[in-house]
Amino acid sequence: MGVFEFLVQYMPFIAQGATVTLQLTVFSFALGFTAAMPLVMANLFGVLPVRLVSRSYVEVVRGTPLLVQLFLIYFGLPSIGVKFDAMTASILALGLNSAAYQAEIFRSAIKGIPESQFLAAESLGFTKLQTFRYVVLPQAVRIALPALVNEFVTLIKESALASIIGIVDITRRADYVAAYTFRAFEAYLAAAIIYFVLCYFFSYGARAIEKKTRIPGYKGG
Amino acid sequence: MDDYVLVMEDVEAGYEDHRVLKGVSLRVRRGERVVVMGPSGSGKSTLLKTAVLLVKPWKGRIVLDGVEVTARGVDIRKVRAKTGFVFQSYNLFPHMTVLDNIVLPQILVKKVRREEAVKRAHEVLREVGLEGVEHKYPLQLSGGQQQRVAIARALAMDPIIFFLDEPTSALDPELKEEVLNTLEKVAQEGIAMLIVTHELDFAEDVADRIIFMENGVVVEEGEPHKILYNPEKDRTKEFLRSIRRRRLKAEALHS
Repeated sequence: MGVFEFLVQYMPFIAQGATVTLQLTVFSFALGFTAAMPLVMANLFGVLPVRLVSRSYVEVVRGTPLLVQLFLIYFGLPSIGVKFDAMTASILALGLNSAAYQAEIFRSAIKGIPESQFLAAESLGFTKLQTFRYVVLPQAVRIALPALVNEFVTLIKESALASIIGIVDITRRADYVAAYTFRAFEAYLAAAIIYFVLCYFFSYGARAIEKKTRIPGYKGG
Repeated sequence: MDDYVLVMEDVEAGYEDHRVLKGVSLRVRRGERVVVMGPSGSGKSTLLKTAVLLVKPWKGRIVLDGVEVTARGVDIRKVRAKTGFVFQSYNLFPHMTVLDNIVLPQILVKKVRREEAVKRAHEVLREVGLEGVEHKYPLQLSGGQQQRVAIARALAMDPIIFFLDEPTSALDPELKEEVLNTLEKVAQEGIAMLIVTHELDFAEDVADRIIFMENGVVVEEGEPHKILYNPEKDRTKEFLRSIRRRRLKAEALHS
């Protein structure tokens, strides 16, 4: 069987893992987004100890391997009595990891909003929360959008690590095919193609969204 | 005291360890229009920002509409809701339509219902001569139009005092004119105004009083005719001369 026939025969089986891969990605992205918000708020507006906690979290997460974080949650936590199934553990690891990166993305996006916007909101009598909700967040999301899409695509790829603890995603299915056919090259080539198509699809879609949400009349960037 | 909408007494303020205002005292009556002039770096802009605590004063007392805002525990937001501030660079919210720029602050700060806020928005837009741009975004407008939207946004809050920080200095001469005309109209409404500007004709037409500042203190103040044509202090004379010379040069270039 040539490479092409092999791909035709086994690709559908491997591609079925895309549902699981995307589930992992979407849930961990959402968790990351939700956890990033308080992290950013703490970092930008919190009192010193709160700010330090937020910053340390970001530094520690970014300074350690995702795989080690996943192992800590899946294999480590049970020893202190906290047990998660493989899917929950994977989403937690990916999501809490992504939170640190998303927090950094939002932090720099918020820093990119001119001081004059804060002054205007303040001069009109907005509370800090109103300023954040109506002035800062909508603009920060637009500035952050390209980097957020990038983070989403990164998560698609990083979710492959979950296959190590038994999640049957694209990579795990490629493992099965490789073991069954002894043709590792073709099996992982099929997986690579599927990942690439997924990533490409999301980056492309995101560009369209970016165009749509661009501030009308805005000429920079 | 109640005749005054703004009282500042011996106010000092600055940024980090740089002292900009070095003891400024100032009173603005209800409905009074005061123009502040002075070379750049003299503290005019800081004076305006300090009056509404956008810059925190280091020392001194500020009373806005009878409320001592420099006292402890005062909710400055309640007081700011009664003041309007127009910035040199407009500072509109670029991600909202013109209408929303004017409607949202009313809803959030004055707690009026949306329909009412929209009605008021149309009123103030008519007042500044901008109808038909409600659904455009700020960056789709000219600088002069943006500044007029900013004026409308502040007007919609029904302020009792209006702070304008060099509202025309970022604009081309033609656009300057339209904004100045708008401001002259607004000035008829009886809202107190504290305006930083170098537009001498505008100051002469609109101001009840002119304050000349330099180096963080008030050098001289008085009614417009006296300050513009018969100032006592040499610094004031020198400053006016340089402005007039610059204007002549600009006019020569234009013709």
